[in-house]
Amino acid sequence: MIEANAVYVIVAREFKKFIREKSRLVSTIARPLVWLFLVGGGMSRLVPAGGGVSYIQFIFPGILGMTILFSSIFSSISIIWDKEFGFMKEILVAPISRFSVVVGKATSGMILSTLQAAIILAFFPFLGLRIGIPQIAGVILVSAVLSFSIASFGIVLASFYESYESFSVIMNFIVMPMFFLSGAMYPVKLMPPVLRFFTKINPLTFGIDALKNLIFPLVEGKMSPDFPLLLDVSVICGTAVLFVILGGKSFERQT
Amino acid sequence: MLPRYLRRLGLCPYGDNTGSEWGRLEPLEGKYLLNFHMQIIRVENLVKKFGAITAVDGISFGVEDKSIFGFLGPNGAGKTTTINILCTLTSPTSGRAYLNGHDCSREPSDVRKSIGIVFQDSSLDKDLTARENLMFHAYLYGVARSERKPRVDDALHFAELSERGDNLVKTFSGGMKRRLEVARGLIHRPKVLFLDEPTLGLDPQSRANLWQYITELPRKHDVTIFMTTHYMEEAEVCDKIAVIDKGNIIASGTPQELKGIVGGDVIYLKTENNEKALEEIRALFSADASLKDGEIFISTPRGDYFIPKIISRIGEKVLSVRMQRPTLNDVFLKLTGKEIREETAAPGDAIKETVRSYRRRHDRG
Repeated sequence: MIEANAVYVIVAREFKKFIREKSRLVSTIARPLVWLFLVGGGMSRLVPAGGGVSYIQFIFPGILGMTILFSSIFSSISIIWDKEFGFMKEILVAPISRFSVVVGKATSGMILSTLQAAIILAFFPFLGLRIGIPQIAGVILVSAVLSFSIASFGIVLASFYESYESFSVIMNFIVMPMFFLSGAMYPVKLMPPVLRFFTKINPLTFGIDALKNLIFPLVEGKMSPDFPLLLDVSVICGTAVLFVILGGKSFERQT
Repeated sequence: MLPRYLRRLGLCPYGDNTGSEWGRLEPLEGKYLLNFHMQIIRVENLVKKFGAITAVDGISFGVEDKSIFGFLGPNGAGKTTTINILCTLTSPTSGRAYLNGHDCSREPSDVRKSIGIVFQDSSLDKDLTARENLMFHAYLYGVARSERKPRVDDALHFAELSERGDNLVKTFSGGMKRRLEVARGLIHRPKVLFLDEPTLGLDPQSRANLWQYITELPRKHDVTIFMTTHYMEEAEVCDKIAVIDKGNIIASGTPQELKGIVGGDVIYLKTENNEKALEEIRALFSADASLKDGEIFISTPRGDYFIPKIISRIGEKVLSVRMQRPTLNDVFLKLTGKEIREETAAPGDAIKETVRSYRRRHDRG
């Protein structure tokens, strides 16, 4: 059972706190831009364009994925902060189902991440990309589903940790490998078979690939998307459902 | 329905028509129990084990509606575990706990609607304002839309924070945060308010203010207060007290009744040789004397007459003497042989640590 009041107020709280924390907003916007223009801009000199797509254009969907990954995980990891500072108790003794809490947290992660992805998306003219309104709508939609999926994954992660010292463990051993093994910086089809296996069990890969399919669908060659759009969308929708259920289960265990 | 029926049969001992003295029907081991004392909380043979450690060892007690009930004991005695069971945060190993007629382990949602909790550690969001914290609570407990704002304003007023409502909680003092938490716990109009060490870490003046505020609650909000504390002097405000030690209730009653256990006044005596003096006093006066914390502790009905007698017999060995009307601290000393505030009690800490790590492994928070 899901209580709409509870979901609403959990989302409203995260939103208010996000608006108030200017530094968090600045850093979540600045990180992808640094990667896009400094790493992407530099590497473009080294990596030849393929099928009419330059390297900086190629990593643009990956950078959107990065924005979503970091902000969704960060949003869910706030559960660990809530545990540490006691606020989680206020939520856990309330007469609401655990599933409402999980859906509330995942929804706030979804809204905040999609918002940030939309801000990064607005930089596409600077990269010489041409994107139409239907494509933009598609990108926003995919971002929302991907954010929900990753935020739910973050909730499952958060249930394993009690204190914020674990934050760096999660960042270094889960988030960074997830990013590099997602086809964000280099095409999946060029990876050695072992790494290719890991990219294929990473939901972020399919989210980023869906964005590639939407942003430059007709490209041929090594810079092209790795999977069909339908498969990408099915995988991210499936993992969204799977992770939110797992998140609910992991939360139930905590009482 | 059934209580009315029973009244017609003449089965209810309190036959007035106000209804307030009516017993309530509560399930008990497959049968029904008519709870004549209007006990809002009823606990029966409650046991909670964390691995090999028994935190709560078969306790039973009842709490009357709209009273202030004090649950006293040293750290690690089982107070917080009992509260967690009553609040549905932990399930008991065996035994039953009923709150407002609902089984705490089987009907957690009904129990949660009936209770407000102020935890030992603050559970406010310090990055939100006081008003936002209260609003969050109102939404979480499903307070009706038209009621939300009036109740939040009311709570701010009651907590004497009306002017600070839109300030972030991180700018508040300890006392203000506590008052806000108590007011928040009342927003959904609970039947029972749990206060777990409400004055911990507050300065004496804030403590006094908070107690004044808390003692007004049952009258103003029709709520029962269930509190724990290890400041014995603070428990004087309770209507009834249960003293818990090592997972067992070792005494219960009104503060006056408990002080009766000590048996009148208490004389503390320091001498050059306590052991020897103790024997002498016992032999000379056949008095109830014992040695505690480096002092001889004598309880006697009339201390003011007893002191001259001691001084006249063993006066030259006495270093100091003081007399006290009994306090709850003396009660605790008498019952357990130690001060309630002894925090150096190593075995207790070890138990607490074990319980914590057990929880970490099995309950996760």
